[in-house]
Amino acid sequence: MSPKKILTSALLSVSVLALAACGGGAPSGDDTVVLYRGNNAEPLSLDPHKASGTWENNIIGDMFIGLFTESAEGEPVPGMAESWEVSEDGLTWTFTLREASWSDGEPVTAHDFVFAWQRIATPETGAQYVSLLFPIQGVEQASRGELDPTEIGVRALDDRTLEVSLVNPAPYLTGLLTHYTTFPMPRHVVEAVGDEWVRPENIEVNGAYQLVEWRTNDYVQLVRNERFFDNENVCIDEVYFYPTVDSSAAGRRVRNGELDLNMEFPGQQMDFLRREIPEYVRVHPFMGTIYYSLNTTLDQFADPNVRNALGMSLDRDFIANEILRAGQQPAYSLIPPGMSNYPGGVESEWRDTPVAERRVMARQLLEEAGFGPDNPLEFEFSYRATGDNPRIAPVVQRDWSEIADWVRPELIVNDTQIHYDNLRASAYEIGDGGWIADYNDPYNFLFLGEFRSVPMNYSRYNNPDYDALVEAANRELDLTLRGQMLAQAEQMLIDDMPIIPVVYYVSKALVSPRVTGYENNLVNIHRTRYMCFNDLEAAE
Amino acid sequence: MFAFILRRLLVAIPTLIVITALAFFMMKVAPGGPFDLERPMPEEIRQRLLAAYGLDLPVWQQYLDYMAGLVQGDFGPSLRFRDKDVAELIGEGLPVSLMIGALAMLLAVTLGTFLGSVAALRQNTSGDFAVMAFAMIGVSIPPLVMGPILALVLGVYLGLFPTGGLNFDRHGISVLVLPVITLALPQIAIIARLMRASMIEVIRSNYIRTARAKGLSAPAVIIRHALRSAILPLVSYLGPASAAVITGSLVIERVFQLPGMGAYFVDAALQRDYTLVMGVVVVYASLIIVLNLIADILYGVLNPRVKYD
Repeated sequence: MSPKKILTSALLSVSVLALAACGGGAPSGDDTVVLYRGNNAEPLSLDPHKASGTWENNIIGDMFIGLFTESAEGEPVPGMAESWEVSEDGLTWTFTLREASWSDGEPVTAHDFVFAWQRIATPETGAQYVSLLFPIQGVEQASRGELDPTEIGVRALDDRTLEVSLVNPAPYLTGLLTHYTTFPMPRHVVEAVGDEWVRPENIEVNGAYQLVEWRTNDYVQLVRNERFFDNENVCIDEVYFYPTVDSSAAGRRVRNGELDLNMEFPGQQMDFLRREIPEYVRVHPFMGTIYYSLNTTLDQFADPNVRNALGMSLDRDFIANEILRAGQQPAYSLIPPGMSNYPGGVESEWRDTPVAERRVMARQLLEEAGFGPDNPLEFEFSYRATGDNPRIAPVVQRDWSEIADWVRPELIVNDTQIHYDNLRASAYEIGDGGWIADYNDPYNFLFLGEFRSVPMNYSRYNNPDYDALVEAANRELDLTLRGQMLAQAEQMLIDDMPIIPVVYYVSKALVSPRVTGYENNLVNIHRTRYMCFNDLEAAE
Repeated sequence: MFAFILRRLLVAIPTLIVITALAFFMMKVAPGGPFDLERPMPEEIRQRLLAAYGLDLPVWQQYLDYMAGLVQGDFGPSLRFRDKDVAELIGEGLPVSLMIGALAMLLAVTLGTFLGSVAALRQNTSGDFAVMAFAMIGVSIPPLVMGPILALVLGVYLGLFPTGGLNFDRHGISVLVLPVITLALPQIAIIARLMRASMIEVIRSNYIRTARAKGLSAPAVIIRHALRSAILPLVSYLGPASAAVITGSLVIERVFQLPGMGAYFVDAALQRDYTLVMGVVVVYASLIIVLNLIADILYGVLNPRVKYD
């Protein structure tokens, strides 16, 4: 055997072995309707109690249904709940469940909900997202280990009746109950196999799709669950979720027909994509805000006038229209427009003043606060090295420098993990960040300003009046009045400016014109069970 | 020969220990941890998670615990992929990386040798210049640029190949074409240049002239006599080349969205998934050690002047 042949055959056998290891999975039949979804990132967990990303939500919400679920338009609609009653004080909700079964035929009962909610409240589960359920009696204490999880405010009155006790009236509960942290779990499976219950060979679901394969960094494959209660209205038989971290590459795959949709594209490609494939481009307001936190524990940022001076000097139109370029709106409030249960209308009084004039005002405010050539305002602006942030940072630095030559911001860039570690530990001066609401209610933004939310309240803003007003609003049963009180609280926050709102997020997606049932919506949640292909619909 | 292999493997053990220790402590020095997320979790939960993974212990203790597990073949649980452990993740990713890497090496060696030989035998003709120009392009354009260009031209505009993913059921082996070409291109170029230089030297040597004088046909001279000597520099380059292919696969796997091990490496390091980073480091280090060893052994097999003792 010649040396070259040895080498060749050695390499060949390695690759054949590797190929064999990668096979598996039966090919889909011809008439199977398959949807290929680009899903931004690799799920870190498909266990609803351990997940935390929107990309995980996309998969988990296709597999499970909570008491409520999202319509194609993103509105909360009844899911497992058939009907419900709310007590007069708004603190007790009683749900009657629809008759439905898990994918193995076992009935879905109120006990499955109780089991799941007790599990997420158990500290050993390590549910990083448990705080979402703090409006339910006892969950906060149980998650700290101060209360037995069986004591939390959720009870099964019988197999199909669930009673939930709340800490305060929560008009947003229907929205919250669409979130995966509130989903039921197949108790019979979890009790039998423990944390392994979420593996394809064990999992049972109550939603439209069943997990069949999960290959890390490759794809997650779901197939139709014939026992789903609304199965007859589901069009797609199989759905693949691909982790598409490189959204430019994913864009090529959408154009090439390899993916039917991808839920992100780079903002700087907006003009190019609108020119080349305008029928694919989907841009829509989204309930998230980019904002900068100022560390109010530092002497120089303790004065609201100083914070306002920095806030008013940003040229938000330039950032939105010239840097981000994807239809983002300049933000003068924390809460984006269009939020449910909220009148809106909160803004800074200097909003309509031209930026140049605002900078003159800012200079005055800073001089009154004692800053000047002899006492320059020097600070660090820390930002994350991801997404559009590195392109925004120098613009912001210039904006602040133009107030006066004795305003000297310095840029500090960090990996995401380090950045948030610093923010949490209050080891920063001004830091960028963003908040995307978990459910459609103003409180999901305003809690960021409550002192009890430290460390998520990165600026450590401490205003007892604000805290009291938010708490009072959360006890208010009249929705209109509650909205007004929350708006008053937000105005307080914006006037004090411990955080500087910069722009509201938009959702950006590339969706093949073949796909129907993908409706632009504020929560940016698009369940596969609503989707179909227009050529199939036309054939019917 | 056996003693040589044994000695090399024994030397590999302290090398691996040094590499793991360096990787472990450098990672611990970096600020931030696996549970410092964009969306913070309640402090109590964070503490419990840290305790559950032993991350609240002193760093030296963590290292000893980790090494004790590693000796028994236990890579530990992933800190970020909460439904999977590191051995499982590597078990999924490594075959993909090996396959792409092996195919790229195969392509690089065969095509590089062929092109280099052709260029040498047609020295200073247009064929030679064409090969060398191609080699220069291959060396100069990094895969990070070449990958998207190939995907856009051959994939999107011409529609010849899929541009990403590794779904064999759906696309067959055509999914491999673009990533393997992109990964192999720089190596084809380097190997072609190496081969050309070495071949030019060999065909001017006395024993080749003797072979010709004996009246052997031109193909026989080249294939049986010249190639065997000319290929030696190439073989000693195989070690570094496989290291280059392995590191190159980090980029390729991102650009073509392949589920290999390279993708874990960068993400795990950025997200402070300590156990996954360590697992990947151990596997990569062992792989490079083994591949270098194979290249050395191969060199001895081809070159009778080398004796292992």
